[in-house]
Amino acid sequence: MTDLSLTAAKRASRRRWILLAPALILLVFAASGPLLITVIFSLLTPGDYGGVVWKFSTDGWFGVFAQRDIFDGTFGWSDAHLSIFWRSVKLSLITTVACLFFGVPTAYFIATRPKKQRGFWMLLIIIPFWTNLLIRTFAILELIRNEGTVNSLLIWAGVIDAPIQILYTEFSIILGMVYVYLPLMVLPVYASMERFDFSLVEAAYDLYATRFRVLRRVILPLVKPGIVAGSILVFVPSLGAYVTPRVMGGGNQLMLGNLIELQFGQGRNWPLGAALSMTLLAIVMVALIVYVRAAGNEEVQHG
Amino acid sequence: MARQGFNIRKQTGFSQIAIACFVMLYMPIILLVVYSFNAGTSIAIWEGFSWRWYVSAWANDQVQEATVRSLIIAVWASAIATTVAVLAALATTRTPKFKGQTAVFAMINQPLMVPEIVTAVALLIFFAMIKVATGYTGLLYLIVAHSAFCIPFAYLPIRARLQGMDLSLEQAAADLYASPFKVFTRITLPQLWPGIAAGAMLAFVISLDDVVITEFVKSAGQDTLPTYMLGQLRRVMTPEINAISTVLLAISVTMVIAFTVLTKVRN
Repeated sequence: MTDLSLTAAKRASRRRWILLAPALILLVFAASGPLLITVIFSLLTPGDYGGVVWKFSTDGWFGVFAQRDIFDGTFGWSDAHLSIFWRSVKLSLITTVACLFFGVPTAYFIATRPKKQRGFWMLLIIIPFWTNLLIRTFAILELIRNEGTVNSLLIWAGVIDAPIQILYTEFSIILGMVYVYLPLMVLPVYASMERFDFSLVEAAYDLYATRFRVLRRVILPLVKPGIVAGSILVFVPSLGAYVTPRVMGGGNQLMLGNLIELQFGQGRNWPLGAALSMTLLAIVMVALIVYVRAAGNEEVQHG
Repeated sequence: MARQGFNIRKQTGFSQIAIACFVMLYMPIILLVVYSFNAGTSIAIWEGFSWRWYVSAWANDQVQEATVRSLIIAVWASAIATTVAVLAALATTRTPKFKGQTAVFAMINQPLMVPEIVTAVALLIFFAMIKVATGYTGLLYLIVAHSAFCIPFAYLPIRARLQGMDLSLEQAAADLYASPFKVFTRITLPQLWPGIAAGAMLAFVISLDDVVITEFVKSAGQDTLPTYMLGQLRRVMTPEINAISTVLLAISVTMVIAFTVLTKVRN
């Protein structure tokens, strides 16, 4: 009896792993495996024309933040890399805050529509979400470039004589990132607001709370999990953004993604590129762990 | 009394910000589409309606090649990703918690969590080694890479569909001596197909739209439509880019709407 059920369990387990095998093999081959190889490459010596020489070296990791002085060979902080790290974090934070500013009211607006209309408004958010990121970045680019719609309109209206340079600035990168990542904020915030009990708002008003107080003391604390989720969902891809800073920054305003790419192109320092990409991965993982913790705690608190 | 007749759900300025948000989301896309029909060469000054940029994009050899390549990759990648995702979903849904479950889920969802640039660089390094070792530089690298990152997108809708399905029909069929294969093809598959179709379409769109991983993995002369467009940035941009974008947009929007309909089909 025990033997029989044991073999049945074994058979079920074997069947499960056979079914999982094709997906796992593909993922090991083209996702997890290459990540491990990247770790190894970050510990090798760069080759002269790209690639690596199979000789152990920690220079790649040193290069992430440090720089060897070409004259006396001492190590110092790498100002160029630090400023790119700082720009990546700064622009990602500003993008997250801007997405909060636009995204939370939008989610609130959708959640307070009559039930039948909500599907339609949500579809309006979901369509851009699934639309090619490059195309959306191009759309913004065409709007703000020197010969673009905004400048043409302003010149035509006589407000300005010469086009304003909006493109290739930090502002244009932020604009682009807010534009492409905004749906990532609206979706989770809306999900938590949809379940929100609006009779609580009513109760607060009955007790003479002002609108702002209701927002701060009743609505925001209860939709906090959605806000945390949205912030992480916007912050993480912003930090690793490659296409948007390349298109909107035009190679002047590098972010981490572009710095990594540079090491595999003109820079020809693969170990440094590998170390930089692992650093980015580490920052993202920390952000995700913070998110999982926060989400977990919220569930406990509110049951 | 003073509070009567006002809408308690309203927050000052929220509706205005929301409307601004929708305008902001759609205006650039609408302008992009409108100017794809411009008779002039400008993307900001309207000179009348014309199909000329669609005609010129259609006649452009590079665009044709990139389109064909994009479609080949997307069809293969979505087919492969969907097939392995169906098998993986069957193994991980409607079963008790098993050993290694967390690791399996982490692996399947890895493409969603790891920044694309990190995956792209990792694949560049790994495939460069294989390219040197084997000398093969064909499309297979792109197909394999796309298949892998499409897996979670195919897996999630299929799993969601499977979770909502009743086990009793399959049990009944098994009790009536249907072979496991017959149970799968006659009972499970017909019920599962909206999930499979939704997953396949999502994978197809994700593959078709990919820029970053393709840009790093492709060998010389293997541009897909998105990487071709990225390459055009340095040139003077004509509405031809808008025309190509509009076609890609139309495909995505159609797929998203079909996806929404399919995931709402009830058991």
